[in-house]
Amino acid sequence: MSKIMEWVDARLPVTELLKSQATEYPTPKNLNYWWNFGSLALLVLIIMIATGLFLAMHYKADANQSFDVVEHIMRDVNYGWLLRYAHANGASFFFMVVYVHILRGMYYGSYRQPREILWWFGIIIFFMMMGTAFMGYVLPWGQMSYWGAAVITNLMSAIPVIGEDLVVWIWGGFSVGDPTLNRFFALHFLLPLVIFGVVILHLWALHAVHSNNPDGIDLHDAKDSIPFHPYYTIKDFYGYGIFMIIFCIFVFYAPNFFLEPDNYIPANPMQTPAHIVPEWYFLPFYAILRSIDFLGSFSKLAGVLAMVGAIMILFVLPFLDRSPVRSFRYRPLSKQLFWIFVVDCIVLGWVGYNPADATIFNGALPLIIIGRTCTAIYFGYFFLLWAITALDIEKHQPVPKSI
Amino acid sequence: MVTESDESRRDFLTLATGAVGAAGVAGAAWPFVKSWSPSADVLSQATTEVDVSGLAPGQMITVPWQGKPVFVLRRTPAQIEAARKADNEALPDPAKDADRAKKPEYLVLLALCTHLGCVPQPIGTGNFGGFLCPCHGSHYDTSGRIRQGPAPKNLPVPHYEFKDEKTLVIGKV
Ligand code: HEM
Ligand code: FES
Repeated sequence: MSKIMEWVDARLPVTELLKSQATEYPTPKNLNYWWNFGSLALLVLIIMIATGLFLAMHYKADANQSFDVVEHIMRDVNYGWLLRYAHANGASFFFMVVYVHILRGMYYGSYRQPREILWWFGIIIFFMMMGTAFMGYVLPWGQMSYWGAAVITNLMSAIPVIGEDLVVWIWGGFSVGDPTLNRFFALHFLLPLVIFGVVILHLWALHAVHSNNPDGIDLHDAKDSIPFHPYYTIKDFYGYGIFMIIFCIFVFYAPNFFLEPDNYIPANPMQTPAHIVPEWYFLPFYAILRSIDFLGSFSKLAGVLAMVGAIMILFVLPFLDRSPVRSFRYRPLSKQLFWIFVVDCIVLGWVGYNPADATIFNGALPLIIIGRTCTAIYFGYFFLLWAITALDIEKHQPVPKSI
Repeated sequence: MVTESDESRRDFLTLATGAVGAAGVAGAAWPFVKSWSPSADVLSQATTEVDVSGLAPGQMITVPWQGKPVFVLRRTPAQIEAARKADNEALPDPAKDADRAKKPEYLVLLALCTHLGCVPQPIGTGNFGGFLCPCHGSHYDTSGRIRQGPAPKNLPVPHYEFKDEKTLVIGKV
């Protein structure tokens, strides 16, 4: 065996790569469980690619057949129900895991110097995930698939001058239809593989600068780190176990929890369901989109810009945060802002879930007011984080010298 | 020895090669980009004929045209009256009812909300006696004009003609 490895290593240094990048790769010794979510995201990506590939072997992209073919997968194909339910729920879990992963980075300052490129690759992955999930949701060709696709593609029509033509180009017709479904399937197949490639770049950028840690300080001597194997391999596998238990509870006992009943009605271009909602993971952004309704004929464009801006602003986050300290553990004000931000996102999600003209307290408070307020708080987070750090308003607590 | 003129000559050649390469790539990309535009068979489904003789006053039907829903409403005198009255009000997207209905009795609308493209609900569901878009709450009146909600424009009136007394042709022949 060792002879064979020697032969290989002389030609391709496999052993050295595994040693330096995996088994003996130095990792901070104080990582907590929030650091499990990166490897969890990789697990879900692999589940999605595996189930997706096998679904694609039975699926047909055709406006007249897709709805029935998904039911055929559910009823006739051996374990087709498992493939589809694992894939459909996997999408939800993917976003859950990635949202925690992103918030982890925001709390411990993992986006800060020298990890900006690592952070940017992450946001690019997040963007592509949203595109992939959106196009995947169109494939079963139910009412929600169809109208979700119609509303989201129509967002492009807000772009001045070229908007209308752009939408026709994306549709390949004068409405969402068979050509749209076909190209979405092709792209839905391709994008996850591109995501996989960017994940490798993400890991490359990670290994170039190494992991951040809950204290947010640079590692100084060898005592601060431990080898990845066996310490973090075992911890990541433990996380996989917990994750799979929760994932399987949904797949086997509540497979339709995240799915919309209306998507079990075949797509009907002549009729929109009374209440259309996007998947839960798009709701906060959807709420931001709808909350801009007070600018007359500019509302539509402004809403789209606000929604896109809500993600784009993450790109400049590394430059907004000017604190000398990375981790919010030692930053009392930033910590409070962070938790307000988290609650704000959840409230935005709830607003996005409800109909646009809904009210609470017997009509006393229209949800749109809450939506606008929460949108302001969302962007306010980034502004205030900059303000309290750039203007030296925040006094940080003492930071430990080593881990 | 490399002289300054050699260097600027090299820079020029590099730039020129780059420019030709970029133009080539753009040219090669064009067929790919263009392949997404509506194909000939899609473009050929340009018109829809509807027999409107069976419509009772106040009755509305939805017909597909180029894959999109079109409302054909035979309006009651009260609905026409309401639409004409609103002509002089402050409308978000001003238009005269007479310009929107070739025959006052028949209202033909492309039933895609100008906000984000949902199909509004039938006549009588919205404020102003017209159509309500359920997606984000836009209200259109009995002329299909936007009166309330996030939609920026009136429901478009597609190109249509009456071939004879009872046949409506939607789209350009
Ligand atoms: C980033 C990873 C992926 C995400 C987030 C994702 C997301 C989704 C979603 C949300 C659906 C709709 C599920 C439903 O409601 O039925 C779907 C369907 C589908 N996906 Fe994916 N997907 C991913 C990767 C893949 C890959 C790699 C393939 C193929 C190689 C694939 C093939 C399919 C097929 C054939 C369907 C239609 C069957 C169905 O509706 O269950 N997916 N995807
Ligand atoms: S699509 Fe009609 S109100 Fe938004």
